[in-house]
Amino acid sequence: MDIQSWTYTIVGISFAIYIGIAIWSKASSTKEFYIAGGSVPPLANGMATAADWMSAASFISMAGLISFMGRDGSVYLMGWTGGYVLLALLLAPYLRKFGKFTVPDFVGDRYYSQTARLVAVVCAIFVSFTYVAGQMRGVGIVFSRFLEVDINTGVMIGMAIVFFYAVLGGMKGITYTQVAQYCVLIFAYLVPAIFISMALTGNIVPQLGFGSDIISEPGTSLLDKLDSLQTELGFNTYTEGSKGMLDMLFITAALMVGTAGLPHVIVRFFTVPRVKDARISAGYALVFIAILYTTAPAIAAFARTNLIQSVSEQPYADVPQWFKNWEKTKLISFTDKNNDGLIQYLGDEERNELTIDKDIMVLANPEIAKLPNWVIGLVAAGGLAAALSTAAGLLLVISSSIAHDLFKKVLKPDISDKGELLAARIAAGFAVIIAGYFGINPPGFVAQVVAFAFGLAASSFFPVIIMGIFSKRMNKEGAIAGMIAGLLFTMSYIIYFKFINPMDNNADHWLWGISPEGIGTLGMCLNFLVSGIIATFTPPPPADVVEMIENIRVPNSKKA
Amino acid sequence: MSKQNNQLYWKKNLQYLAVLLLIWFVVSYGCGILFVDELDNIRFGGFKLGFWFAQQGSIYVFVLLIFVYVYLMNKLDRKYNVEED
Repeated sequence: MDIQSWTYTIVGISFAIYIGIAIWSKASSTKEFYIAGGSVPPLANGMATAADWMSAASFISMAGLISFMGRDGSVYLMGWTGGYVLLALLLAPYLRKFGKFTVPDFVGDRYYSQTARLVAVVCAIFVSFTYVAGQMRGVGIVFSRFLEVDINTGVMIGMAIVFFYAVLGGMKGITYTQVAQYCVLIFAYLVPAIFISMALTGNIVPQLGFGSDIISEPGTSLLDKLDSLQTELGFNTYTEGSKGMLDMLFITAALMVGTAGLPHVIVRFFTVPRVKDARISAGYALVFIAILYTTAPAIAAFARTNLIQSVSEQPYADVPQWFKNWEKTKLISFTDKNNDGLIQYLGDEERNELTIDKDIMVLANPEIAKLPNWVIGLVAAGGLAAALSTAAGLLLVISSSIAHDLFKKVLKPDISDKGELLAARIAAGFAVIIAGYFGINPPGFVAQVVAFAFGLAASSFFPVIIMGIFSKRMNKEGAIAGMIAGLLFTMSYIIYFKFINPMDNNADHWLWGISPEGIGTLGMCLNFLVSGIIATFTPPPPADVVEMIENIRVPNSKKA
Repeated sequence: MSKQNNQLYWKKNLQYLAVLLLIWFVVSYGCGILFVDELDNIRFGGFKLGFWFAQQGSIYVFVLLIFVYVYLMNKLDRKYNVEED
């Protein structure tokens, strides 16, 4: 079979499975819709969390990013996994014990304030929409390249699928489709990595393979070979860094803390039955995530080596088929500056003739490595699974924020469970449509606003939740002031460098050499500082709140 | 459960957190960023050790840390008799 038939078959089967699961797991109450009835087994929750977390960016873009950044790419690897240690140790067990539906629920109850609840709702919705637009775009790219349909049609099909299982099944439907999606995406990620590792180094385990000797030159390790290829062409040495150390620290911290503060990840720990299930399911989640995250740097190194060896100084007339396929999508382009008919791929901007988009590295990797057609179809299905599972998790946060936090808790407290369920479904439906709109008409700033999502989560949610659990003295005045200070600082810094004055977005103008990607860490520190100071001068929280804090700290203590 | 029992439980929990988060900090920020160049002078198979920590080792340690935490906390829950159900 050719690539396209394989892709249609594999994607078709995976979609049929998702729809089947959605019908089987229809939600019948708000508890099922928001937190899957609180009865998800820890192992299933771990898998669902992994799929929820690993988005189109993790699946499609991350290895490519690392491939171009070399050691500097470690910020993503450590940042997006290290956050789970914080989640497991500092957040998940206590939030599970708290036992409500959403993150704004916790913020509102813990800080006995509707203002705090509303600030949290606005943050949750903003963070989630930012993220979901990127997922829909990812769906569109996969469809247009592999199934050769128009990007917009691709987005529509993706929307229809998510609409079906998110609106019908709520968290229950989403959880079990995410379990299936995890299996699809991890299989799709590992198969090409294993093939390529075998071909380049003879080692079947990619994690070991990229530190092994390459077959074509026994005695030279793959990374050493890559280092010498890179320096020959004038690029930075692959295993050395070029970012400032302080910036590396701040970006890694912002990503870790941001991960731990993302509402769609936190809410997954509300779905398990007991506190100890929340702890262990965070462990399972990180195992499932680590399988992909330790493979990614191997893929990055393999892809980079393969790419350089297959295009550098080759005649443009004889480029392989994949080169031509991806040229059509404009993700790779060649201009023969010195008219010698050969491709010069060089670190020197003036003489370099090849530009490559980072997203190609994973998607084109199987073609570059000349793997069988079914592997290419599998990668397409994996990319879709990664994008759809994350999109669904985010849409649920948006729908529960609107139906539960805004409607039930603020606007219309006397609404019946049935009415609230209907409101949640309608909100989910609208959210899918808005997300699809952004997928079809992507605002030019999608890439830039991802820094926002992490910066906001790091500078607002994370400190507020941590203090809510670990400090009995923290009061509503401190929390609100801290959230606003952290948010305003982080947002203005990002807006200034990304939108108002992008020309100055370089290390010379940054505060202490910290890039906008890492500024959330400083925003978080500011949040802690401001709330600490304000809380000292304002009255302590009331007795029932203190009692609630004591309760969430101990697994078996009864609710007040 | 008595208030005192719960407070002792909480104090022990905080001690565990302090130790585990210290290790978390050392393997990621320490080995992967602050001392990465020094560690790179050491070879670890085909890897430079600092590079390996930054792209592999830190993640393995993260996974271990969570499972150690789960083990310690389950034991602590039993010792202070605060298990659910």
